[in-house]
Amino acid sequence: MATQTNPIETFATQEYKWGFVTNIDADSVPPGLNEETIRLISTRKNEPQFMLDWRLKAYRQWLTMKEPTWANIHYPAIDYQKIIYYSAPKTNKDRPKSLDEVDPELLATYEKLGIPLRERELLSGVAVDAVFDSVSVGTTFKKKLSELGIIFCSFSEAVQEHPELVQKYLGTVVPHSDNFFAALNAAVFSDGSFCYIPKGVRCPMELSTYFRINAKDTGQFERTLIVADEGAYVSYLEGCTAPQRDTNQLHAAVVELIALDNATIKYSTVQNWYPGDKEGKGGIYNFVTKRGKCLGVNSKISWTQVETGSAITWKYPSCLLLGENSVGEFYSVALTNNYQQADTGTKMIHAGKNTRSTIVSKGISAGRGQNTYRGAVKILKGASGARNYSQCDSMLLGDKCGAHTFPYLEVKNTSSSVEHEASTSKIGEDQIFYCRQRGISTEDAVGMIVNGFCKEVFRELPMEFAVEAQKLLGVSLEGSVG
Amino acid sequence: MGKPILEIKNLHAKVGDKEILRGIDLTVNTGEVHAIMGPNGSGKSTLAQVIAGRDLYTVTDGEVIYEGQDLLALAPEERAQQGIFLAFQYPVEIPGVSNLYFLKAALNAARKRRGEPELDAMEFLSLVRQKITLMEMEESLLNRAVNAGFSGGEKKRNEIFQMAVLEPRLALLDETDSGLDIDALKIVANGVNALRSPDRSTLVITHYQRLLNHIVPDYVHVLAEGRIVRSGDKSLALALEESGYVGLEELAETVQ
Repeated sequence: MATQTNPIETFATQEYKWGFVTNIDADSVPPGLNEETIRLISTRKNEPQFMLDWRLKAYRQWLTMKEPTWANIHYPAIDYQKIIYYSAPKTNKDRPKSLDEVDPELLATYEKLGIPLRERELLSGVAVDAVFDSVSVGTTFKKKLSELGIIFCSFSEAVQEHPELVQKYLGTVVPHSDNFFAALNAAVFSDGSFCYIPKGVRCPMELSTYFRINAKDTGQFERTLIVADEGAYVSYLEGCTAPQRDTNQLHAAVVELIALDNATIKYSTVQNWYPGDKEGKGGIYNFVTKRGKCLGVNSKISWTQVETGSAITWKYPSCLLLGENSVGEFYSVALTNNYQQADTGTKMIHAGKNTRSTIVSKGISAGRGQNTYRGAVKILKGASGARNYSQCDSMLLGDKCGAHTFPYLEVKNTSSSVEHEASTSKIGEDQIFYCRQRGISTEDAVGMIVNGFCKEVFRELPMEFAVEAQKLLGVSLEGSVG
Repeated sequence: MGKPILEIKNLHAKVGDKEILRGIDLTVNTGEVHAIMGPNGSGKSTLAQVIAGRDLYTVTDGEVIYEGQDLLALAPEERAQQGIFLAFQYPVEIPGVSNLYFLKAALNAARKRRGEPELDAMEFLSLVRQKITLMEMEESLLNRAVNAGFSGGEKKRNEIFQMAVLEPRLALLDETDSGLDIDALKIVANGVNALRSPDRSTLVITHYQRLLNHIVPDYVHVLAEGRIVRSGDKSLALALEESGYVGLEELAETVQ
């Protein structure tokens, strides 16, 4: 025959397309972590006393904690004293009042990322709160949103403008002492997004944040807090990309969601941090704590994530279902290629009566990628009538990668039901040949099969995001088959 | 009588260390329907797979000329785009990918190759609607995932439906009759017959004569142990029905 290569054998070079560096003078504090660093961050950000106290409390807690080792991931020890904990573009000292005042090079960066703020502002109706390194540079549509009483701003701004809301909700879902990385974040987080939807308001547009790590050796520790008051609805989109570096960078973010009575929060993520090169050099260490609290009756929190980037992903977007009839959802696609490792999943904690949760996880492993689903479903004593459905599917491309599933179930109530389904499949050579015999190239066939595998998750994403996610999977798999 | 579309000369192929095709010679002209019959393990399906380009098989000798060019030098998708269609014996399931999406990608790949504009969604939909009635299939099948949850009969019909949309120059039907009841067999045969044309050639691979009552071939070849041991017209199929495949192995030893 003409070719003897196994079509799903090797993942060849796939250049990271977002690997550029923006040259902007940055205002950084020296590397290292101690109480002084934290005081410095707090001072630079002109924070009220309660914030500094909270940070210091978290820091002292963090000093007593050990980095967790239970996850199915392997990496050299992180030197926390070598990290720069605060870096803001200098142009931001004098905060830009409008996009016109934003550094043109910064705007060009967003252009390269495919998120032209101005175009978005004018054409797409998406309000973007862009986080460049540590400080938000432009928040659009704020005016339109404020007419509805919606607060959508950077975290720093919220601390200045709405300290009472921040103080009321900060750390109520992910406490300062929650885990090693969450405590670190609480101590040093530099910025993030804040969102409050008042009673009975349905947010008329998708709120969106793009995070991007730029300065070298900078850890990014952003923190997002979203509160949906009674009867409110919001859909929030988060996208991430980082430039290409030889060294590893730490990203330890925290997201807290709070849904009161009859409120719904939909949180969608497309994570495309730099995954490292094909030998596994460089790449982002992504240690993220995301959790939502369904505090009110009939409230709903839905997580959808597409994780294609990062050298290491450690992330478990979870739901605490406290309110009666509240609903938690987790839809996930995680792709690991080359030497990427992902240990991701969710926790659904049922405390309220008749609470329901759905988990759909799709893991794709290629190259030497290791993909772990880790999920916990806990049904507490008082959660009568609670129901959970979990589905975990894994797909393997080639024979050097791995897929692992660790579901934990804990049911303390006899009137509840828990279902778990799992499958592992290999992209079959017969599937690829079938496509090729119909005139479809191997690469397109792999993309098509993988996208088909992820369909149940993609349909949960807002339209624009779903298209982007499909393209991203295609790009991540490009050159993967020979 | 048309010009040769497919010329197979002394074709040898193996899977692993096992030689399966041991010197096939066969010429198919445009417009002709050839039936390939033979016992299990005689190499019928291997022949179809080798023509389609499955790299599980290694060609060790011989050549295959398709429309004047060296077919073996082409990738499977290039062969498909140039008009070779294989109706699979066991059509593959592709969960989550709709039949419609799949077929549109396939058709547009071939159109692109021919330098024709790609069909947009509306043009494509009207084309498939017209073709699907031919196979007496439910339109809802279009929105279901490729072959996923299809019955055996639906899968086979779906193959011929795809063939109707892609309009190949050379169709290879690999045991399309297996697993079909008589009603489904007639529908499939009607579909294939409707596609018979002076521009299209068909290779019908079957174990049983039954299908050939409905798709009447111009030529019948009998394969045994990787060689064509007998060729004739449609009456050969009937004779085989009487005598069975017994004794063909010895015949295979004498044919070189």
